[in-house]
Amino acid sequence: MTGAAALMAALEKEKVEFIFGLPGGANLPIYDALVDSKIRHVLVRHEQSAAHMADGYARIKRKAGVCFATSGPGATNLVTGIATAYADSSPIIAVTGQVALPMIGKDAFQETDIIGVTNPCTKYAFQPRVATEIPEMVKKSFYIAESGRPGPVLLDIPKDVQQQVMKMEFPDYIKVRGYNPVVDADLTEINKACEMILKAEKPIIMAGGGVILSGAFSELQVLAELLSIPVVTTFKGKGAFPENHQLALGPIGMHGHAEANKMVLEADCIIAIGARFSDRTVGRFDEFGKDINVIHFDVDPAEIGKNKSVNAAVIGDVKSSLRSLIKLIPKNFQTNDEIIKLWLGRKRELVNYYEDSIKDYSREITAKKALKKLREILPADGIVTTEVGQCQMWASLHFDVITPGTFFSSTGLGTMGFGFPASIGAKAARSNVPVVDIAGDGSFNMTENSLAVSVLEDLPVIVFLLNNQMLGMVAQWQRTFYNRRYSGVHQKNCPDYCKLAESYGADAYRVSTLDELDKALRNSLKSSVATVIDIPIDPDEDVYPFVAPGTGLKDMIIGA
Amino acid sequence: MMELSKSKSIFDYDDSNKMYILSVIVENKPGVLFRITNLFRSRNFNIESITVGITEKPDLSRMTITTISDVKTLEQLVKQLQKLIDVIQINVLNKENAVYRELALIKMNAKDPTTRIEIANFASIYRGNIMDITNETITVEIIGTPDKIDAFKDLVSGYGILQVARTGVSALPRGAVDDDL
Repeated sequence: MTGAAALMAALEKEKVEFIFGLPGGANLPIYDALVDSKIRHVLVRHEQSAAHMADGYARIKRKAGVCFATSGPGATNLVTGIATAYADSSPIIAVTGQVALPMIGKDAFQETDIIGVTNPCTKYAFQPRVATEIPEMVKKSFYIAESGRPGPVLLDIPKDVQQQVMKMEFPDYIKVRGYNPVVDADLTEINKACEMILKAEKPIIMAGGGVILSGAFSELQVLAELLSIPVVTTFKGKGAFPENHQLALGPIGMHGHAEANKMVLEADCIIAIGARFSDRTVGRFDEFGKDINVIHFDVDPAEIGKNKSVNAAVIGDVKSSLRSLIKLIPKNFQTNDEIIKLWLGRKRELVNYYEDSIKDYSREITAKKALKKLREILPADGIVTTEVGQCQMWASLHFDVITPGTFFSSTGLGTMGFGFPASIGAKAARSNVPVVDIAGDGSFNMTENSLAVSVLEDLPVIVFLLNNQMLGMVAQWQRTFYNRRYSGVHQKNCPDYCKLAESYGADAYRVSTLDELDKALRNSLKSSVATVIDIPIDPDEDVYPFVAPGTGLKDMIIGA
Repeated sequence: MMELSKSKSIFDYDDSNKMYILSVIVENKPGVLFRITNLFRSRNFNIESITVGITEKPDLSRMTITTISDVKTLEQLVKQLQKLIDVIQINVLNKENAVYRELALIKMNAKDPTTRIEIANFASIYRGNIMDITNETITVEIIGTPDKIDAFKDLVSGYGILQVARTGVSALPRGAVDDDL
């Protein structure tokens, strides 16, 4: 058996269904072995998209996604996707071809030290020196990528190692001695956390991406309902908790919901679950949760105290930790209903206050109105991804996620061009539900060639294109902080997105009224091919509320 | 008896910033040193010295890393190191719980025979060895704690130090071995 065939066999043993990739000189033996494999290959048009597709697949399947690229430029094209997955703790396995062992270090054609290049944004990297190492390395790659705090793993295979013919052994069991992710948290810490929570009068839960990664949706809901604790999320945690729930306040942060930003500051105890206190979420580290109890549940010990000192730290898989926490709450525990009434009443007060104070644009179609329409029509279990920029923040503000775990976005790295290929990966992971990419024209331009993949591979998704002909978020900052000196932001509606979509064989609609949008959405949900819905909006429409960088949540600006 | 150490002890560098010695057991394989030093760079940690050598087990290396930092930074550093898959075990050492040594080679100007004798005397007080001697220069090997080496350097600086090579600190915890590697 060749190294390449062993790779494919090992991937089959890991129950890989899809490989997103693009061949080249240094991975030809792998592509040859692919011919005999049961695994479905999805040919991309650019390797960046392959990594994003694997990422989108992983986030919905909750299992590592796989992408292939050749050496040199193929591998470096993956880097943005790998860094995106790393920032959002998403498990992907990137398999790159490498020049043959004797050529490494000789600056050979299409040679890049991809392990060195990706070192800061991979959880681990392997480079087999003999083909017999491949099966074990594959198994270790999946174990490392999917366990603990998930993340990308690179497997860089020299071409001659792919070609070596050897007798292969496939291990059933592997151990990585320097890697022992904590699963079950220390009970004394959970006890301490429990006491703080039960003592608090105005507690608030801040649910992060960790809740989604560990699938702790029902545990979170049980905890919140049991003690009537309102729930805010980080942006990555959006959809960890149903946003139509009476305890839900939505995401906090730079473009968080006003009432969520306000209420988190009034709490006397913050219960952060699978969240990392990012600057975009908490504003200023020193101001956030100052002088109150902050409890941190996380699987990654290095997150404890990294950005924020906390009063109790529960290290372990958050699903398991929450289960233990719920068990510790005494059966006969009496909640103080008077206090809860006041605290939840404050939530209603704030929601009403901000609903009236935030103005809506009077135009026929605004981002907000369009997204409300999308929510109205898309089934609750439909999957939504976003691009990056204003479209992303509008999605955060105006699109309520009802079924937990059906929303994701490039929240950590903020990668423009992520949403569309990631939505194709999500469709591959769950083909029986509609998948929508809430896009802006700036981001969509970056990976729009994935239309070919969506159409040819029968992975139809809907591109919900909020088109303001602008790199809108940059324009908003230039409007706000640079005295309207616009610089490098005008895209001038080029290309014509309907013609572009049609040239790929996709459906396309351009809508100018909410009725047209309604029809277009209903049609696209029925369509068997990809659809682009071009929704022209006002280039001057800004995202509010806004917490300016370097300021705290209390300095939130409600509108221009 | 002369004052052996003029400089402050390395362990009391500053109220908030202290020197710490991390004794780190890692996989003995290619790329591990790169991963560790790259972590220091990308997370903005500062390394004073780093030494690597094979341990009693051929598949493990011991890295001794000295760094100057406050306790909070040290804690992050240890946690980030622990996250590296090639890192098996970390011990944070201090002067109470560890033996630690550094080796330095110091080459000085010594054209005059009396100078050579003086330097040789100083070296013997510091339990150093003369490694090389010519009509122009003398090279001394000093082994000890970093402050002892600093003190010797201060002492002989008047003669004109030409070259210095230091290994960085190597350290082991004192007493019984309680890890099972």
